Order: sequence, then structure tokens, then C-alpha cells
Amino acid sequence: MKEYLKNTWLGIYTVLVGMKVTISHLFKPKVTIQYPDVRVKLPERARNRLYVNIDDCIGCDQCSRACPVDCITIETVKAVPGEDLGTTSNGKRKALWVTKFDIDIAKCCYCGLCVYPCPTECIWMTDVYEFSEYNRDNLIYHFSNLTPEEAEQKKLNYQKFEEEKARQKAAVQAVNNPNKQDSGNLS
Amino acid sequence: MIPDYLAEFFGNKFIGYLIAAALPLFLWILPYALYAVYAERKVSAFMQDRIGPNRVGPKGLFQTIADILKLIQKEDIVPASADKPLFVMAPYVIFAGTFAAFAALPFSSIYIGSNINLGVFYIMAVSSFSVVGILMAGWAGNNKYSLYGAMRSVAQIVSYEVPALLAIVSAVMVIGSLNLNEISEMQTAYFWNWWIFGGPVVGIKKFLLIIPMTIAFIIFFIASLAEVNRTPFDIPEAESELVAGFHTEYTGMKFAMFFLAEYGNMFVVSAISVSIFFGGWQSPFGYLGNSLGISWLIPVEQVFWFLFKGSLLVLVQMWLRWTLPRLRVDQLMTVCWKYLTPYAFINLVLIGIITLF
Repeated sequence: MKEYLKNTWLGIYTVLVGMKVTISHLFKPKVTIQYPDVRVKLPERARNRLYVNIDDCIGCDQCSRACPVDCITIETVKAVPGEDLGTTSNGKRKALWVTKFDIDIAKCCYCGLCVYPCPTECIWMTDVYEFSEYNRDNLIYHFSNLTPEEAEQKKLNYQKFEEEKARQKAAVQAVNNPNKQDSGNLS
Repeated sequence: MIPDYLAEFFGNKFIGYLIAAALPLFLWILPYALYAVYAERKVSAFMQDRIGPNRVGPKGLFQTIADILKLIQKEDIVPASADKPLFVMAPYVIFAGTFAAFAALPFSSIYIGSNINLGVFYIMAVSSFSVVGILMAGWAGNNKYSLYGAMRSVAQIVSYEVPALLAIVSAVMVIGSLNLNEISEMQTAYFWNWWIFGGPVVGIKKFLLIIPMTIAFIIFFIASLAEVNRTPFDIPEAESELVAGFHTEYTGMKFAMFFLAEYGNMFVVSAISVSIFFGGWQSPFGYLGNSLGISWLIPVEQVFWFLFKGSLLVLVQMWLRWTLPRLRVDQLMTVCWKYLTPYAFINLVLIGIITLF
């Protein structure tokens, strides 16, 4: 009997306690963050979308080699003498045309390993995290500031320069030891 | 009385009463159900420190209207292996039970659908009619979880009728009437004349009645929670165990019908508590119409107080829903047969002795 009354009392009492807890929450500030309207500030070292400041890039290919998933593709062409590519913001002289600098962000694993080796600090993680696409190809970002035609032109220029150089070398060799005509072409 | 007035206005009793009967449906049940769903979502959100619906309209006020518009557009699917006639009929049977109960609810001194002398008895009889609909829905869906839900629901509602009726009977013993309009009329003037505070009885008897009446109200309230399948007695719907219980297989407007019936039922049981224990349509402290001398304001105020008190109790039901976890089936039966029923009987005897004096 005592147990029975105790149970009854416990039942009523605990329900009232629970109701007090829930009603107190009516007046508490809400924890919801209404995402597209209100955004949480990201931590300082948050890793999101990669960005390359191509003006500072010297085409050293170190980021590409550091990438564990090979999502960075870099193609470069040497500049021919006479072409001035300018310097990077920290004073390094640029010597390569970066004809292709593609990052396949769909592959990227946001490890940030590409950021550290960059000698000119031109690749970094931004705080942009909303870049979903309907087409997977759109996730390949082209950072090179050369148009495909320009890149072709640079390649041709360099080829021409190389041929010119080879011809000159051959000519010099032909003058120096006329017996061995073809050795120059091999090098 | 509005039904008689309408009958006179149209010159035909049938048409007049028909329109009078449809009044609570269009003026109260539909808008109330829409905003009860909204209130439920908001209350649950606030109790969980969330914001709740706030996109459609100011503060999300049109959310449920948008939901209903969506449900209207949905395909009305009848499962291939369902028992079609029962399946189609079930939501309407459930809603008919709810709507029928509104007939005897006194919304105001001038509006009661049917001023019958067996009002309380009629409502208790008719509101358990929805059990039939629930069993039909659970059976017709041909889904094992639906059937489980329906069977649990029937067991639960039939069991909880006992303490609910005993609590009502003990109150009615003091009141001496089953007509809800008469019961409301008795508790006139101020709130200390409500039956939960002893009613319009004079002398020591009034103070002796307060505790038994409160116990009767609590028992009736708990039992009515179980009768309308609200948490903590929501095992027929038990989302986490039975998908959605008896209405798992329903789509579109039929699904909406179940919600309409559920929220309508919540109001019916609250309205019974209000009529019997909390003064019905009586204002707790006199009428503005009386003090201003505007006689037509009084019935409007009465409607307001009735709906206000009823909605307040509905809010308490929601409050409880978001406070308590669901009971197990055996716990449910324990609460009913081992606790509520004995207490209701003791209370009945207690009130019987008090009324002897």
C-alpha cells in the first residue's frame, strides 16, 4: 500500500518536474542558426576551396607534387629570352609561362598540403564552401590567365626558339669540327 | 438559440438546423485544426530551443495552409491489397465521430448544436465511435504495423473509457445534470463558482469538494489524453515503432483527415473538461457586455471564453506531449487499471459521501 501511494506521488511529481523543465525552455534563446541568412564565422585555419593567385605563380610544380590525390595539373613553358614575365610579389623572377593550372576540386581532399610548399605563397585555402555544381566538369577550376590560343602561341614561340638554338648549335659545331656533322642534333 | 433562429430565418427547420450544425465545422474546427498544427510545431520547437516554421508568411503563420494545399495536390493512393471500401471509409468515420461530438458542445449560451439532456453521455458515447474508424483504418491498410497500431489503440481507448467515465460520473453526481449547457449555466458569475473550485455550492461542502473535484479533473484529463492518442499514450501511432500506426498507408487528403480528427478530438475532450470543471462559456470575472450595457456582446464574449479555455487545455496537452516519453503497453495498462481506476472509484465514493451532507 505504501509502495502504491509512493508510486502515485512519484508519478505526479515527476511529471510536474518535467513540465517545469520544458516550460522553462520556452523562454530560452533559440540555438538555431538560420544558415543561408546567418552564417557561423569559420575558424581561422578552416580549409575550404583552393584559390591560386596566378600572378604570383612561378610554375614550380611543387603543389602538384605535394597533392596526395593528384588533383592539381600544371603545364609550363619556358619563356624565351626577351620576354619579361615580371616578378612575384615577394620578389622572385618568373621564368615560366604557366599555360595550364587546373585544380579538380571534386577530387580535392582539403588536406592543405599544397599550401605549405609554395615558395611564393600563391595557393591557399579560402573560406568559400558553397560551390556545388550540377555538372561535374564545372568543378575543374582553370586558374591559368592565358587563353588556350595564347598558351599555344607560347608553346610555338618556345619551340621556335629551341629549333633556332639547335640550328645555331649545329652551325657552331659544324664550324668547330666539320667531321662530325650529326652529333649536334643528338644533344 | 441560433439553430432556432436560423430555422425561423429560412422558414425550414431542416435547412436551418443543417446550417447551424455546419457552423462549428467551418468557423471553428477547420481554422482551429490548421492553427493547432502550427501551434504544436511551434511549441515543440520552442521547448527544444528551436525556432520552428518561420518561412511561409510572417512568423510562419501560413505554414499549415501551405501544407494543406500540398496535401490536396497529392495523389490519393489506395494500396493494391487494401480492403478498399473500408480503407476509403475509415478517415470519414473517424472524423464523423469527432464532428458528432461537437453537436452537444455549448459554445455560448445562444449556440449549442443540440440542446439535449444527455449531452455528456452522448459525447462520451460518440467520441469512442472513432475507435471503429481507427480499427477500420488499421485493418484495411493491410499493413502489419497499421494493424498493431489499431489494436493497441482499441485496447487503450476501451480501457481508458473506464476511469474517464468514472471521473465524469463523480462530477455529475454533484452537478446533477448531464446537459452541458445547463452545467455551464450553473457556474455563473466568478471563477470560484467553477466546479473545480466546488461549484456554486454554499457552506463547508464547497471546500470539501475542491480536492475530489481536482482529482476527478486530473483523472479525466489523463484518461482523455489516452482517448485521443496523445503522448504519453500515443502507442497506436508510435512513430519510432510502428511508422505511423493506423494511418501509415494513407496519403493526401485522407491523411489530412486523420489529423483534422485528431486535433478536433483534442478540442472535444478539452471542451468537456472546460464545460464540466472550468465553467464552460462563463467568463471568470463578469462580462464586459454587462458593465458596458451592450447585450449582444455577452454571447460573443461567451464564445471567446469557451474557445479560449478549450485552446488553453489543448496547449497543456501539447506541453505534455513534448515533456513525457511514450509509455510501454504494459505500463499503459498498469496506469489505467491499477492506478486511475481505483483512484476514480475512491473519488466517486468520496464525492458520494460529501454530496450526502
